[in-house]
This record gives sequence, structure tokens and C-alpha cells, in this order.
Amino acid sequence: MTDPATFMTAPDGEGRFGNFGGRFVPEALMPACVELEEAFRSAWSDPTFVDEYHRVLREFAGRPTPITPLERLSDKLGVQLFAKREDLAHTGSHKINNVIGQTLLTRRMGKHRVIAETGAGQHGVATATAAARLGLTCTVYMGEVDTVRQALNVFRMELLGATVVPVTSGSKTLKDAVNEAMREWVTCVDDTHYCIGSVMGPHPFPWMVREFQSIIGHEAAHQMDELGVGTPAAVVACVGGGSNAAGIFAGFANTRARLIGVEAAGGAAVVGGSPGVLHGMRSLLIQDEFGQIKEAHSISAGLDYPGIGPEHAHLAEIGRAEYFPIGDEDVLDALALLSETEGIIPALESAHAVAWIAREAGHLLPTGSTVLLNLSGRGDKDVAQVRAMMTEQS
Amino acid sequence: MKVVERDLRAIRDAGRKVLVGYFMGGVTPDWTDHVEAAILAGVDAVEIGIPFSDPMMDGIVIQQAALRALDRGTTVDSVCADLERLRHTVPLLAMTYYNVFHHYGLERSAGLLATSGLSGTIVPDLPLEEATPWRTACDEHGLATVFLVAPSTTPERVRRLAEATEGFAYATARMAVTGRSSGTGDGERVVASIRLVSSVPTYIGIGITTGEQAQAAATVSDGVIVGSALVQVILDGGGPRGIEDLVRTFRTAIDRGTESVA
Ligand SMILES: Cc1ncc(COP(=O)(O)O)c(C=O)c1O
Repeated sequence: MTDPATFMTAPDGEGRFGNFGGRFVPEALMPACVELEEAFRSAWSDPTFVDEYHRVLREFAGRPTPITPLERLSDKLGVQLFAKREDLAHTGSHKINNVIGQTLLTRRMGKHRVIAETGAGQHGVATATAAARLGLTCTVYMGEVDTVRQALNVFRMELLGATVVPVTSGSKTLKDAVNEAMREWVTCVDDTHYCIGSVMGPHPFPWMVREFQSIIGHEAAHQMDELGVGTPAAVVACVGGGSNAAGIFAGFANTRARLIGVEAAGGAAVVGGSPGVLHGMRSLLIQDEFGQIKEAHSISAGLDYPGIGPEHAHLAEIGRAEYFPIGDEDVLDALALLSETEGIIPALESAHAVAWIAREAGHLLPTGSTVLLNLSGRGDKDVAQVRAMMTEQS
Repeated sequence: MKVVERDLRAIRDAGRKVLVGYFMGGVTPDWTDHVEAAILAGVDAVEIGIPFSDPMMDGIVIQQAALRALDRGTTVDSVCADLERLRHTVPLLAMTYYNVFHHYGLERSAGLLATSGLSGTIVPDLPLEEATPWRTACDEHGLATVFLVAPSTTPERVRRLAEATEGFAYATARMAVTGRSSGTGDGERVVASIRLVSSVPTYIGIGITTGEQAQAAATVSDGVIVGSALVQVILDGGGPRGIEDLVRTFRTAIDRGTESVA
């Protein structure tokens, strides 16, 4: 018997996932959002477009990414742990899946330029990469604080031909980079696509980005079957805006697997947030009693976001997925643990998911259960920062 | 017809162009003195900004004003309380981002605004499609909800927005955030597209920073909205006198425009 898909389907006509989502944008951007929705619907049901998307991911981005059984760490923790290796995708994280889709769509819409926001720089690097491949002009907005934390990624983007604009407004991190990208988009919407980096923003972005990332989950479900393991007891992913989590959840939403999102404690929108409207969406946000958005604080630039994608807010509300915070202090240990036991240096973002698994093995994750970790990115971009912090600690 | 609508139509019927000024609530301790100076110098209506941490539609000037106001602890409550200090008044419209009302409670926000003497609201990140709950709350308290029409707005949307907007239609002259670039841009075309389908008073805003621009905009519309130029004066410490001078400049310019046309 096959169950009908009931979770993680398309949003309703207004772009809502339950009580969350929608399209809260200035009138000037409404036509562009409507146009984008139509373009995405048409492309995503056009076999030529879908085939090209899959071909580029295969030939250019190195998909499918493997699943690695983490044997030594499994022994250590007493659970059967598998990692979906998005760190092995081109540019070092899952972000490439989304930008391949969005840049192909940009070209299909007849636009010549993309703009993007970035936190850690991974989405900026991925966008610059995909733009270079298609000959699109690319401008990336990055909080000034992050341009310092992730200076090498700034240089990478520039090598790839992109222009990086440091954002000095507000808290000078990811949320301000999104504000600035939106402000810029208003001025150039005719020839420019806003290549948003996560499952956030106004409809159709949260849905579209999830669709472009769902290849992670679909591949993983198939690979787990091939390994003879089948559906894992739990699927665990870190959550900034929530794109890598949404991508892997999509492959398991209609199975019995527990879906677990791990937020940075200093940016935990599900645990510490409340409903609000920001960046074009109604979702869960960290805000004060007067609805002013608070700054997120995390060791990892990629999780420094005070909100979460609206579909996650919905999955949390209906109880289909669970979200837990992990504090900075546990992240470095987890990064070292995975590096030493498995020979994989994870991104600081992904290390949050590792830390949660390490903490909950034998507790929320019963001993002996199978766990699938989405290893969203590799740690190369973080090693300088990690070294500095480890030196400070010792 | 709501009060503000009647008032603004009456100004047009009297052959006068409307001048709307924008002020950020709480930006300085004496911010209401600036509003008062503007009223005495001839603005016909005032937008009262309530600061928000993430002003997506605003350029650097209003961003800075919002930050300053927030640093001073400004809230919906404090802005509304400060308004009691105004001795003269014209129609006042609250302008802020949706999360401020969403978080405070729609019904509660509308009630507070109405009892504080405001007669309408402008919420730039609340498009028509998402506005029903807020419009319902505003109706309940007699507040007008003003909608923006942009250069990119399709004719079909212009029709729906012109029908929905109350008091006036806010024609944005440019595809830009506030204060970024200046000039009347596409204002004339946007106004024409609204007039094709509606008799609602239509004012041009976004990018009007000089008397000449205001005059040009006023000749093709029913009025102009000036924001960043006024806020800049306050940020620079120009005080109520500085506001009075600048408002006079705008007033003279748009009145001169009316005479030359008439
Ligand atoms: C490696 C990695 N993982 C996760 C994230 C967080 O984004 P998301 O929650 O959209 O997957 C980032 C963002 O920069 C990242 O670089």
C-alpha cells in the first residue's frame, strides 16, 4: 500500500504552509513575485528544464553525493549513523543544488543578472559559481561582520567574477544582507533575479528552494534502500533558514522517520521565537515584545538568522518535525569529534547537527537506532576561525 | 467614506495641492515639535513613522532615523502617547512595517491608533492580497488603509488597488526605496494609470527631495509626499526651524505650480 503524500506538498494558492508563508512584499515587488511563481511552475513541469537541472547537477556539481556509514562514530555513540555527504558537492555545501536551479530559471526568464545575500559566504560562493557557468552578472550582499569572519569566501566570490557588497546597516549580518538585497532588487527587478539562499522569503521562494533542494532527500531515500537499511529512525539536519533540512526532510516526510532540525541556540526561531512577518514571509521569528527583530548570535555565520523558513514553522506547529537548539560551546567539540573519528571536517553549521546526535545518542535517539545526518557542508571555510577559537580555549 | 477621505477630497475640490510630510516618531525627544512646525508651515497631512528594526522599503536616511528612535526606546505606545503633545493637527497616518502591528495585535493596534488621533495607516510590506485582516481591524476603528501603486504594477492590479485604497492612492515615482534616488521618475505615468480607473486623490512620493521636483510632481497629481528630505534635516540637527523652512519651500513650489497651470 502506498500512502498518499500528505506532508511537504505544495503550498496553497497564497503560498501558505498552514499558518505560515505568504507574500509580504512592497507593491513594487509583487509583479516580480507573481512572474517568478509562474516561471517556476512552468519550468518545474517542463521535462526539458528538469532534465537540464539534473544533468548540470551530475556533470558540474558532482551529484549524486554519497552516503557514508560513519562506523567509528557509530561504535562510539551506540547508534547506527549515516551521513549524506553534501560537503562533497561542488563548492562544498548543499547550496549548489538551489543555485543551479535558480540560475537556470533566471536564464529561462530572460534575465541577465542575479543578486544574492550570504551569511557564511557559502550561498554567495555557490551563486557566483553558478552565475559564472551561465555568464550571468552576479552581485552578493554580505554583512560587514561576516565579510571579516569569512574573508576567504569573499575572495572566492571575487575570483568567480562576482561583486561583493559589504552591508553596514543594522546588525551587519545575514538578516541585514537580506534587507539590502531586497532593497536592491526593487531597483533592478526587470533584468535581475534575486537568488535567495534558503527556504525563506515571499512565495514562491520557500517552496521553490525546497523543491531544488529536495534532491538531497530523494537521493538519500534511494541510497538508504540500496544500502539495505531502509528508512532511518531519525533524519537530522542543521537549520539556519532551513534549506538543507527541508531538502533532506522532503525524502522522508511521508515515512515514519523522525525529522529533527537543529538550530543554533542564539538563533533558535522555533524554540525561542514567535509568529511574525519579516523578509516577505509570516514565520517564527526571534523578536522583542514590540515586534522588533532581535539579532541572532551564533558561532556559525550560516545559522545567524533570526527566523526560519515558513514550512519549518508549519512542520513544527503540526508536530511532523522537531527542532532543538545547540549552543556554541558544543559545536567545536562536535567538529573535532567528527574530524578525528571519521576523517571529515564538517562546516560549523553542520557540526550543530553532529553535536545534537552526540548529545542525544542513547537518549532521544535510542541505542541501536539508525540515524541519517545531513552533512550540509565541509569545514574548510571555518578552519581559521576554529583554530583561533581552539587556541583561545586552551 | 472615512473622515480622512472626505478631508482630502475637500482639499482637492478647493483647488489646492496636498503636501504630505513624513516624520519618524521618537527620533528625538522633541520630535512632535518638528511635526508641529511642519503643520504650521503648511503640510496638509502627516505620516507618522513608527520605527521598525528591518525597514525593507527604506533607504539610509529613514533607516538611520529608525535606529535612532529604537535606541531611544521608541514603541507604538510611546509614539501614540507623544502625539498628545500636538496642539495643531491635520490628518495623521501611521506608517510602519506589518510586524509592528502583527506583534502588538491587529485589533489592539488599530484601537490605539484611532484613540490617539490617527486617521489612517500605510504599511508598505502589506500587499493587498495579505491585507484583509488588517483592513478589517482598521474598518472597525474608522482608520483608512492607504495602498501604494508602483511603476511595475500591472493595469489589473492598479484597478484593484485604486478600488481598495482609502483617503488617497500613494503613487511611487520610482522603483527604489525611500531617499535613494531623486526625481519624479515614472510618477506621471503611475498617476495616469490610477486616474484611468478611479477618482481617488493620488499623491506622488518616493524620490521627491527638492522644490522643483515637488512642483513637477504636483502639476501631474493631486499632491506630493516628502519623507527623507525632512528626516535628513532632523538628523542633521536642523530643528523645528529647519523643518519650517523646508516645508515652506515645498509649499511655495507646489502652490506656484498650481497657479501656473490654472
Ligand atoms: C554548510 C551550511 N549548512 C547550513 C547552512 C544553513 O542554511 P540552511 O538552513 O538554509 O541549510 C549554511 C548556510 O550558510 C551552510 O553554509
